[in-house]
Amino acid sequence: MFDIAIIAANGLLSIALLLGFWRLYLGPTLPDRVVALELIASLTIGFISVYVVSSGRTPFIDVAMVLALTAFLAAVGFARYLEKGGHRDDD
Amino acid sequence: MTEFFTGLFLVAGAAFMMVAALGLVRMPDLPMRLHSTTKAGVLGAGLMMVGVAVYFGDGGVTTRAVAVIGFLLLTAPVAAHAIGRAGYFVGVPLWKRSKIDELKGRYDQKTHTLESPPEMQERSEDGTPRT
Repeated sequence: MFDIAIIAANGLLSIALLLGFWRLYLGPTLPDRVVALELIASLTIGFISVYVVSSGRTPFIDVAMVLALTAFLAAVGFARYLEKGGHRDDD
Repeated sequence: MTEFFTGLFLVAGAAFMMVAALGLVRMPDLPMRLHSTTKAGVLGAGLMMVGVAVYFGDGGVTTRAVAVIGFLLLTAPVAAHAIGRAGYFVGVPLWKRSKIDELKGRYDQKTHTLESPPEMQERSEDGTPRT
């Protein structure tokens, strides 16, 4: 039962990751791609938590914490870059 | 019992993140995509970290899981606000069936400051209290 839950969580996260990459590929403008990158970072946090539960290696939670902060820094950096007048479009 | 609740939290969190990704693909413009990914994505990641904390039931693990949830709750709204604001300045088009754009014409394009709505400005000059 528990194994099925782990597999189901991994499967749902994998589908979500594919959808996120689809928007990253498709996204008509640069902010759309930044939103997709942010979702991909939080999906990675989900993958890490499933891995921690299934393998019992608790130090990986620290990786999730660092990843959350790094994703925030990346998003704010992109936003500053756009607002201070970067490329208006990404083509 | 512990395994049951852990599995429940993990699957619920993964399902919420799946819904967030579905919204990211299906929603028609940038603010709606932000709305979908920020709220549902943070809820999904938070539920999965709650699952980790429930599974181990250990003080150190619980503290770190709570710290991850706290960082997510602190940073995600700020990042979404920054991206949405930058997208509005860059001129990302809204959905063609949006009814109203209340920010239109109220942003100073040079200083990037926001003016008050016109009715608010008149009231404050008359000295009557703002409602």
